[in-house]
Amino acid sequence: MKAICFYFQIHQPFRLKRYRFFDIGNDHYYYDDFANDDIVTRVAHNSYIPAAETLLRMLERYPHFKCAISITGVALEQCEQYVPEFIDLLKKLAATGRVEFLAETYAHSLSSLADPDEFANQVRVHDDKIKEMFGVTPKVLRNTELIYCDELAPQIQAMGFKGVITEGAKHILGWKSPNYVYSAASAPKLKILLRNPKLSDDIAKRFSNTEWEAYPLTADKYMDWIASTPPEEQIVNLFMNMETFGEFQRADSGIFQFLEALPHFAKERGVEFMTPTEAVSKLKPVGELSILHPISWTDESRDVTAWLGNKLQNEAFQKLYSVAERVRLCNDRRLKQDWYYLQGADHLFYMATKHFADGAAHSSFSPYETPFQAFTNYMNVLADFIVRVEEQYPLSIDNEELNALLTTIRNQESEIETLNKEVSSMRKNIEHFNEEHLLRGADAMKAESKPEKVVVKEAKATKTSKLKAESKAKTTKAKTTKKAK
Amino acid sequence: MKALMFGWEFPPHILGGLGTASYGLTKGMWECGDMDITFVIPKPWGDEDRSFANIVGASQVPIAWRDVSREYVEQRIGKYMDPDLYFRLRSNIYADFNYMRTNDLGCLEFSGRYPDNLLEEINNYSICAGVIARTLEFDVIHSHDWLTYPAGIHAKQVTGKPLVIHVHATEFDRSRGKPNPTVYGIEKDGMAHADHIITVSNLTRRTVIENYGIDPAKVTTVHNAVTPLSDELLAVEVKKPKEKVVTFLGRITMQKGPEYFVEAAAKVLKNNHNVRFVMAGSGDMMDKMILLAAERGIADRFHFPGFQKGKQVYEMLKASDVYIMPSVSEPFGISPLEAMQMGVPSIISKQSGCAEILDNVIKTDYWDIDAMADAINSIISYPAMYQQLREDGLKEVNRITWDKAGAKVIDIYNKVLHR
Repeated sequence: MKAICFYFQIHQPFRLKRYRFFDIGNDHYYYDDFANDDIVTRVAHNSYIPAAETLLRMLERYPHFKCAISITGVALEQCEQYVPEFIDLLKKLAATGRVEFLAETYAHSLSSLADPDEFANQVRVHDDKIKEMFGVTPKVLRNTELIYCDELAPQIQAMGFKGVITEGAKHILGWKSPNYVYSAASAPKLKILLRNPKLSDDIAKRFSNTEWEAYPLTADKYMDWIASTPPEEQIVNLFMNMETFGEFQRADSGIFQFLEALPHFAKERGVEFMTPTEAVSKLKPVGELSILHPISWTDESRDVTAWLGNKLQNEAFQKLYSVAERVRLCNDRRLKQDWYYLQGADHLFYMATKHFADGAAHSSFSPYETPFQAFTNYMNVLADFIVRVEEQYPLSIDNEELNALLTTIRNQESEIETLNKEVSSMRKNIEHFNEEHLLRGADAMKAESKPEKVVVKEAKATKTSKLKAESKAKTTKAKTTKKAK
Repeated sequence: MKALMFGWEFPPHILGGLGTASYGLTKGMWECGDMDITFVIPKPWGDEDRSFANIVGASQVPIAWRDVSREYVEQRIGKYMDPDLYFRLRSNIYADFNYMRTNDLGCLEFSGRYPDNLLEEINNYSICAGVIARTLEFDVIHSHDWLTYPAGIHAKQVTGKPLVIHVHATEFDRSRGKPNPTVYGIEKDGMAHADHIITVSNLTRRTVIENYGIDPAKVTTVHNAVTPLSDELLAVEVKKPKEKVVTFLGRITMQKGPEYFVEAAAKVLKNNHNVRFVMAGSGDMMDKMILLAAERGIADRFHFPGFQKGKQVYEMLKASDVYIMPSVSEPFGISPLEAMQMGVPSIISKQSGCAEILDNVIKTDYWDIDAMADAINSIISYPAMYQQLREDGLKEVNRITWDKAGAKVIDIYNKVLHR
């Protein structure tokens, strides 16, 4: 038995507007709303929406069809803002129960390479968002751009994932086939699904290339290729960007019809469909896979040089994560939002100085004319962002001390709350006491006006005691903030 | 193959980029092998490098017959010219030029610069070219820039050999679109007579086609290159100020866009005080620029050290963190390549010919002072930017060599000779 595991990636970054260095400190809005709206709407209408509709039709018509989708948090935000109709389609897909949603970093960031805490945080935030929107909790992780190495495996496993998705890079596999499930060398319980680069790119990159010897590619022929892989091979992982359908390969190339016809021809040949979670739980790993250096699905070299390949990129990357801990200590909502948007790996991708085919791929996505412009613009924005982070808390105190102070302040708030509660309960007691007193007075049928006076006096007393408690709390708070400064 | 080249400047006595380019190209062609090049200049100084070309000075070419002895010639001009050549040239005088101001050897005086009577000097140069063309043997004529077009045309008319002209700049670049009609006339005449036209960039090629009405099939671009710097120049030591230094090096004229540099500097200084600006060179807009810098209130950070020559240029570059060339219209612009050789990151205008072949520089529109200021700030504030441009720029510029340009020119010779 053989199975196909389909997974489609959706991501759109928040592109930055042209931000000059004299804007630093003056302008805190960084995004090119027009370009973002324009691109997201265009891609959604060319690709995301028709692709989702095609998938819905396939799910309805072929009960054995299944697939997975991964969408970044920042892409979700943009879709919610600009093409909410697509979100509805995603919800419909989720409702079928045969479309799995994968976990990934919320911001499409490289945090896994820089800051484990940030990585964990972003995956959690992304999980929450997926749960909130689609009612499912992801079980398999797809790190940004399929970045993976041995070092990450224990953390991924600890985060509760059963499997992880990465590239079937030739330099890692050697003679091995990507068409099996493997287990991670550094965390044997974690299973690895490898993208089949040849078969995935036949659709994603070559489908409409008239110079390709296999052109035109039909679903029939394609399924033949899959069926003719060695019988013992378990699974063919076809992982690609959702934009493959309708954007990279235009609709008039017949890509949607091709996709829609696949389940039919799969059934003819007895090929099944599986979601990543099914694959990692049903299939047994054939061996361990050790990946010493990070790999990804991008560029010829399939490593991380697309984002961290030159001095510019490394500098920007380091500057960004140098404030990571500090940002996590902050409470400012806008600052946190910008923190996610600025972490997008895309910003680094635009700074690549590669040549030839890779270079062309980089520049075709880049909103900038040159990598130098991309760097300058990003660094200017980052400079402003760092200024804002520093304004939150002075740099003179180190993170540990700041953390301690913040805890005191936070605890103090709860302390004040308990004191306030005490005060109010005391007040209630006094009122009770007064009432009782009054009742007793009435019972005694004694003086007419005396008890009223007592009530007024007592009320005054409670007021003053409350005020005192509050002012005391205020002074302690002021003291601590002073200390913090 | 034998080529007769007419040029105006030749190192080490140069006034602008023309001499550097002529020298580099000639040497590059010689390196390709099987080239015998005679290079005519108005006035040799005797210290030119003659290892790869025969240098002939127009100021040693007799145009009026004088009865002089071999010893006398040897003693008078032996330093510049072989006396044998003098006598061979003397026997090819083609008209009576005694009415002209000739000296004791029957030769004309040349300044070899750009004097006020430049047109007269160009004409005299062309007279000498007639004698040279009648004396020497060659297959092709090659004229560098408009000053030598009349000489090239003359040589072509005398011998019937094909003429290639090399456009290093046009009057449209020099005058920001308001050409001097006399100069334009000379240029147009040269282009009309040429069998083929070489331009130093596609930008210039377009100017030639559009503004001079030349058949595009006749115009080919051969980008300039750079000669590797000597170790001595690479190793120059200078004391750097503690601030970052941004340098403009070149003639301070309308063509070079100096005012945009001053405006960009004012923008940078508003936010970043750790920087000084240098405008090295001289020209008719210098006083205006000093005034402008004062008006913007940045005179304390904006310096005018004057014209730099020889080694001073490299010392200046060595002390710089950024090189900037905001030219409004630059046919090629060899100076950013020199800056890159010295490891100085460069910012150039998109209106420069060299922008067509360079990747590891920052390109902005000459009028976009915001972008220029931003680029300056980026290089001086972000060390990675500086390092990246410096290292990759160095690698890139070292690949741009004259032998490649020379080979292209030889191809063009073969084409006009129908070989």
